[in-house]
Amino acid sequence: MLILSKATIDNVYACFILANGARMEGIEAEIFFTFFGLEAIQKKKLEHLKVATVGNPAMHMPTMLGGLPGVEALATKMMKKEMEKLDIPPVDEFLEILTASGVKLWGCKLAKDMFHLEREDLIDDLDGILTVGDFYRRADREGTHMLFI
Amino acid sequence: MEKLFAGVSVPVNDEGYLTDFNAWNKEIGHEIAKEEGIDMTEHHWKVIEYLQQQHKNDVPLTIRRVGKSGVVDIKGFYGLFPKGPLKTSSRIAGIPKPASCI
Repeated sequence: MLILSKATIDNVYACFILANGARMEGIEAEIFFTFFGLEAIQKKKLEHLKVATVGNPAMHMPTMLGGLPGVEALATKMMKKEMEKLDIPPVDEFLEILTASGVKLWGCKLAKDMFHLEREDLIDDLDGILTVGDFYRRADREGTHMLFI
Repeated sequence: MEKLFAGVSVPVNDEGYLTDFNAWNKEIGHEIAKEEGIDMTEHHWKVIEYLQQQHKNDVPLTIRRVGKSGVVDIKGFYGLFPKGPLKTSSRIAGIPKPASCI
């Protein structure tokens, strides 16, 4: 069980690769999208996720520079290019792969209400909207692992 | 390590993957599939042939690439080999376990 709470592209990919990797090993996987993580399943936003260039020491650039117009887009473009080389799919295709692989995708009810989102704003492949209690009940099985991203 | 499949002793690694693809034949594939609990059909063999072809061409295998092969889509791939499609099918095909995270 993976909980995705962030929408920067590195976090989204970490979550998707872990879920897909579990299925590849024959392990069941489910993702609970909460808070900013909901951006990864919003039809209008999922193709525009970015890498964080400000407040991210691993970018190895001064924070002031990271905040300049276009820097975030450029860094994101470069990262996506490297990913494509490794056959890592874009977010929309990755979501299709996860669904086809049998990964269950859940939206968080509270976060959905907080951001004033409707069910139609989220991808059609979503398996449903859950409360945190619903999610814990799904996780209530022996051998379940939970990862918070 | 050697293991006996269909009356032939073949070299395998500790995970049961053939270490020499040339030692593979269809009967060995059948025996490995039986171990994996898979009843091989025509469609299973088509996927195996595709994987072997990619292996011969030195193309690294990923689920995404298999899904785009035209031989099987991703959902179908999981349907044919439910317990980890890429690793199970590679083992039956007599090729190394793919070192892929996607």
